[in-house]
Amino acid sequence: MVLKAFFPTCCASADSGLLVGRWVPEQSSAVVLAVVHFPFIPIQVKELLAQVQQSSQVGVAVLGTWCHCRQEPEESLGHFLEGLGAVFPHEPWLQLCRERGSKFWSCKATHRQAPATPGAASEDQVMLIFYDQRKVLLSQLHPPAALPDRQAGDATASTGGLAAVFDTVARSELLFHSDRFDERPVRLSHWQSEGVEASILVELAKRASGPVCLLLACLLSLVSAAGACRVFKLWPLSFLGSKLSTCEQLRHRLEHLTLVFSTQKAKDPTERMRKANTLISVLLDVALGLALLSWLHGKNRIGQLADALVPVADHPPCRDPCCHQVFRCSISLLQSQHVAEELQHLLQWLMGAPAGLKMNRALDQVLGRFFLYHIHLWISYIHLMSPFIERILWHVGLSACLGLTVALSILSDIIALLTFHIYCFYVYGARLYCLKVYGLSSLWRLFRGKKWNVLRQRVDSCSYDLDQLFIGTLLFTVLVFLLPTTALYYLVFTLLRLLVVAVQGLIRLLVDLVNSLPLYSLGLRLCRPYRLAAGVKFRVLEHQAGRPLRLLMQINPLPFSRVVDTYRLPSCGCHPKHSWGSLCRKLFFGELIYPWRQREDKQD
Amino acid sequence: MEEERSFSDICGGRLALQRRYYSPSCREFCLSCPRLSLRSLTAVTCTVWLAAYGLFTLCENSMILSAAIFITLLGLLGYLHFVKIDQETLLIIDSLGIQMTSSYASGKESTTFIEMGKVKDVVINEAIYMQKVIYYLCILLKDPVEPHGISQVVPVFQSSKPRLDCLIEVYRSCQEILAHQKTTSTSP
Repeated sequence: MVLKAFFPTCCASADSGLLVGRWVPEQSSAVVLAVVHFPFIPIQVKELLAQVQQSSQVGVAVLGTWCHCRQEPEESLGHFLEGLGAVFPHEPWLQLCRERGSKFWSCKATHRQAPATPGAASEDQVMLIFYDQRKVLLSQLHPPAALPDRQAGDATASTGGLAAVFDTVARSELLFHSDRFDERPVRLSHWQSEGVEASILVELAKRASGPVCLLLACLLSLVSAAGACRVFKLWPLSFLGSKLSTCEQLRHRLEHLTLVFSTQKAKDPTERMRKANTLISVLLDVALGLALLSWLHGKNRIGQLADALVPVADHPPCRDPCCHQVFRCSISLLQSQHVAEELQHLLQWLMGAPAGLKMNRALDQVLGRFFLYHIHLWISYIHLMSPFIERILWHVGLSACLGLTVALSILSDIIALLTFHIYCFYVYGARLYCLKVYGLSSLWRLFRGKKWNVLRQRVDSCSYDLDQLFIGTLLFTVLVFLLPTTALYYLVFTLLRLLVVAVQGLIRLLVDLVNSLPLYSLGLRLCRPYRLAAGVKFRVLEHQAGRPLRLLMQINPLPFSRVVDTYRLPSCGCHPKHSWGSLCRKLFFGELIYPWRQREDKQD
Repeated sequence: MEEERSFSDICGGRLALQRRYYSPSCREFCLSCPRLSLRSLTAVTCTVWLAAYGLFTLCENSMILSAAIFITLLGLLGYLHFVKIDQETLLIIDSLGIQMTSSYASGKESTTFIEMGKVKDVVINEAIYMQKVIYYLCILLKDPVEPHGISQVVPVFQSSKPRLDCLIEVYRSCQEILAHQKTTSTSP
């Protein structure tokens, strides 16, 4: 096999010396990590390598010699370098040489031992692959599919192809700790040899994060202990807590904050990314919430919102002479389109001849009057509440400083509360329709002489008496002729209910989006694409016949879709439980639907 | 060593194949697709703008015209950046792997690299494409669980779709390198 030498680009201009790195025999590749310069004492070099090997579990050794001839090529240096092969035994021994002013290198790899088969060359062909050491050190490889039998976090470095190169560089951090300004016995050349990079802000943040995390973790544990106390497990509060999406969202955010401010260090890069993503998501949420707060509290928008929600029947239109006249007119327009009044118009329409259909007069009047009475009750209730609505909205708007998601959840809950009468109507209509459909199906079986066997859960034949058949026929006829009326009421209220559910679902999707989007990973992919690597790509550099092939290895960044898939934060998990088919089936039979119910703890 | 020859694709368009032999263990094949023709671009633009003008005479809303201009510009940019592939390159390096690069008309490049350890073989396969039977070159990947199985088939030169004569040339060169790699990997 062709011998592959991975050479860091930072060492291409270094002085002559020894090549230090790892030899991977399965791939026949030598990963060069650093260059040791003259003068050195072999014992000290061997000690340093033993140290690095112990701390990083990587088999670091002296791989060969590096000769950078700045002046005329020196014969003595050449012989000296060859002699070093005896001091540091390594199989095969690599010799890289670069002449001054030439782009092309010469490489030799010699096997000292006699070859097993006679006639085989003791010199191998060498292929040079340049890599950027800093980028390879900082990047994290994302293989396309994780193998099921590969254990995570094995102690020794992996040998799987190019992952071995990344692994080797990442684990040999101890080798890169010294720079050329240190007074060390062994002088090394690597990516940090010009000076170790550091940032004051990062160091300060690291020092400050310890006590801050401790303090916040204590506060959060107090809050969660208060939330877990017995009072909230009693019936009314626990019922409300499970139904309101605001409580769910608050619990979710508390979990996130506990994760971010936990005092344990993250064990692997995935956990670190998750912590960073969660922190950025929380910060963005709070920032958007504060922006919403400032928008709401300016220009009396809360007042407008309160007036839009509540019909104030005796509001004097356009009597205000000041410049807010335009606002008042638009508000009265909004009032006239208020939900409850619209519902009243709808019911009047249904009680007439809706869409040209002829309804059963008596049933129509009964149902229409029943629902109208409900709306009348609802309007009176809203009238009672109207003086307090603005205050309540103002206080609720303050909750937006906890985050945009909390504000959206509260909005969704307010919509649910305000459209509670639509929900009640839907339940009444659905129950009536469901009863009717079951009755019809049972009587239809009666015609055919069959019956539902509850014990065996199947349809069995049955012989009926004449009077049973007669009454069954009568009831069937009555139900069939009343079916269009009930069906129409059911259809209308189901559509309204589905509309409300769709609006709530949209809000929930938005909340999920803000909760689960991994912004830190996306930002990292945008600004530092080499950190998230899907693989590598090679470029063939200028080539001259007779010289070894030179390649440049660059990092192929992860596409954005894969970044989102890999690092997406877990959301509430409230996906619709039903498929479209089962939803349609439930609607047809009049069963009640709860499309956005939260997944229970037990597995379905 | 560099060579250029012209072939044709399955629809009859002209393709240019550039072969570069860097060394006995490294070869590159570069297929250039026909460029975006001015005729089709003019035709599409004229159709869209005539339709928009027709709508404008119906609705008397000048927003339609500016919307049509926007849509044409954005559509052209999107087409050049995401759809139109100018060049497809296959780089095969002995004992390292096979790399496939597609360069789009806007300059974007998308690269995939497959390590040699995962490559089982390179073959020419037949496929039924609409009403035609076409040949395509593909790379077979090894299944890590089953030693004789194939886990994935990766087609090469998907958007330029050359004909069999071009594929045979590429196939022969790839097989030379794969055979060379197999003999050297088995020997100590």
